[in-house]
Amino acid sequence: MRILGLALGVICGIVQGAAAFAIEIEDHRHYAGTGERVLRIVSTTDLNVFEPYVTAFQGLRPDVSVDYTVVSSSELHRAMRAGAEFDLAMSSAMDLQFQLANDGFSRPYRSAATEALPDWARWRDLIFAFTTEPAVVVINSARFEGLELPATRQELIAVLRDNPERFSGAVGTYDVRDSGLGYLFATQEDRSSDAYWRLNEVMGRLGPRLYCCSSQMIDDVAQGRLAVAYNVLGSYADDRLAEDRSGRMQILRMQDFSNVMLRTVIVPATAEEIDAAGAMIDMLAGLGLRSQAGDWPLPALSQTGPRESSGFGPIRLGPGLMAYLDPLNRRAFLSEWENAMEQR
Amino acid sequence: MIETRSIGKRLTLLLAGVAALLSVLSWGMVTGLAREGAQRTQDNVLAASVTTIAETLRSEQGEVRLELPYAAFAMLGAISEDRVFYRVTAGDEILTGYDDLPAASPARPGQVVFDIADYRGVAIRMASIARLVLAGEGPVLVTVTVGQTRDGAGAIAAELSWLAAILAVVFFLVAVALSALVARTSLRPLNEIAAAMSRRGPSDLRPLSRPAPADLAPLLSALNRLMDRLRQSIRRSEDFIAEAAHRVRTPLATVRAQAEIALRSAKGDTEKERLRRIIRAVDESSRSAGQLLDHATVAYRTEDLAHDPLDLADLAARTVAAMEPTASMRDILLKLETEPARIAGDAILIENAIRNVLDNAIKYSPEETTVSLRITSAGDEARLTVRDQGPGLGDEPVEALTERFRRGQNTESIVGSGLGLTIAADVLRAHGGRLELGGNKNGRGGACVSLVLPLA
Repeated sequence: MRILGLALGVICGIVQGAAAFAIEIEDHRHYAGTGERVLRIVSTTDLNVFEPYVTAFQGLRPDVSVDYTVVSSSELHRAMRAGAEFDLAMSSAMDLQFQLANDGFSRPYRSAATEALPDWARWRDLIFAFTTEPAVVVINSARFEGLELPATRQELIAVLRDNPERFSGAVGTYDVRDSGLGYLFATQEDRSSDAYWRLNEVMGRLGPRLYCCSSQMIDDVAQGRLAVAYNVLGSYADDRLAEDRSGRMQILRMQDFSNVMLRTVIVPATAEEIDAAGAMIDMLAGLGLRSQAGDWPLPALSQTGPRESSGFGPIRLGPGLMAYLDPLNRRAFLSEWENAMEQR
Repeated sequence: MIETRSIGKRLTLLLAGVAALLSVLSWGMVTGLAREGAQRTQDNVLAASVTTIAETLRSEQGEVRLELPYAAFAMLGAISEDRVFYRVTAGDEILTGYDDLPAASPARPGQVVFDIADYRGVAIRMASIARLVLAGEGPVLVTVTVGQTRDGAGAIAAELSWLAAILAVVFFLVAVALSALVARTSLRPLNEIAAAMSRRGPSDLRPLSRPAPADLAPLLSALNRLMDRLRQSIRRSEDFIAEAAHRVRTPLATVRAQAEIALRSAKGDTEKERLRRIIRAVDESSRSAGQLLDHATVAYRTEDLAHDPLDLADLAARTVAAMEPTASMRDILLKLETEPARIAGDAILIENAIRNVLDNAIKYSPEETTVSLRITSAGDEARLTVRDQGPGLGDEPVEALTERFRRGQNTESIVGSGLGLTIAADVLRAHGGRLELGGNKNGRGGACVSLVLPLA
């Protein structure tokens, strides 16, 4: 179920009150339940990744139909601010989710399950995290033949710099202008590591290919179109690696620093099926605290520690996230990023 | 006596009321301070945040530039989970942030001002700082405002207030307990005086000479004056009685002597009988007067009781000797069995007591009978038992028989004042002893009166 690069934006009109507006939908599916009620979820999580969760939810609440819409994180943010009517909004872009909660676009929800979440995984009963997912580097093994695999950004910079002919046009990363998650990873790296900008310079010289989404990057690495995909969602890469045993693909975890993102969910202020939305949050929070990895596509909250190479915890869910969302800061950051990335 | 609420209770209630007032006041103050403290903490963080942002203000190519540092926002999330709003304006133009944020109060450049405003339906605390930045033609006043909801500060204040409330209640309870203790302690002298008063015997009218707090001194001296007056008044009436008795006795003796002379020279039986009646009545009056005198003596002498070493046997023997003529007139035999019994007391009073008991016994005994006196010692008590063969004492209690002017139910035919046993009982009580009345146990009726005195 990959729409990805080929996917044409579907323009879908959603009428709310008198105002009509459009959202660009990447994917959509309706899981019919036995009853009248429909839980409308808008999410950045790919359908195939989230489907097991919907199935599990309908196992608990068979009467509730689930209407699942996949959009980009920035589209989700825009739609929420415009007052789109959904019962649950799930996104990998923590900063945008946080801003929605801060600005009053989400409604509080409290239950025993959310109380059980650790402090860093919720904020004001408005926003709840249920996964911790690291950003990783995915490489095509064939394209790295004969080279030592980089373990830090310094080494990655050196490898890319020393082999321009091999990597020219074969380096991919998020287009931070379009991708909310890409922007979050980039800004957090800017804050945490000075190697980020030097890496950007090096990538810029190689004519990088810019993507909207992790899955597309992973696809291109798997098919050999890319040698390196930088800042890919580790959870997606893990899932793909599990399916694809050809050995063409490898996941590298940077030892110097690693961003860990929290996938968060909010109940939008426009929600109507509060009860069903709450039940879904309870289920997700419960899964987030599971001790066994199980068969789930997304990692749990508690899985962070030992699997992370560095001691860096997840990105903090707090007002600091709003700093980079400020238009002035964003403009300054993007212009610097463009300067680094587009050197042709 | 109309009993109003006790001083102890009143004092406790009053002190508890004061404690309650102080508890509420202290709770209110702590709550106020907690709110103030929490607010100041938030203000400090907000001030740090706006200052950090204002520090980044600069002018580039005639335009105001700034960046919003991550730390400026991150620090707001460090102390509480409050929602954050901000705005930066240059003159009238909004550079960035939430354009509908309420305006901050005007301030001098460089000074941080705080406001409380209502934004999107919630109360927020805002900090603002203004800075002059040279851009274009001239300086522009740039204002940085950062606002935060007040839930965190409110939660801290509420928590501290709750804590203060618990402490206030504890304080109150401790204060009440202490109040009760204080009330009891401060009333102790009063209670002690009351206890000392109620412990006193019925005729103890000595002044109270115990130490008392200054507050109680007037009460004590008033009480002592009252007792003094009472004692004097009793003394006066006793004196009066003694005086009266004495004055009556002398003329009675003259009347008796004249009557006896008249009897001797009387011829007719009726006349003789009449004279004998006169003599008997005079005798009785004289006896009563003597007893009244005895009673007054007892009342007088017990006030300042002597503690001379005495032998009860001596006193008994002396009394028996004195009473012998009276007894032999009616052919009554006085039998005395003694053993030495050392006691301490007033010889006159004890003789008085023995005489009154013996006099009673002789008076109520039929002619040609025996009245026996026997002294025994048992433990630390000496006992003088007087037995007669008269009609006995009936079955009235000792208290009733020793009441003043009270006579037994079976004494109609015999003249008497009812003072005899009262005098004896008073004397014995003053000496720390008692009068015991009982039936004669040898099966022939009669009375058995025991004078019990502590051995020296």
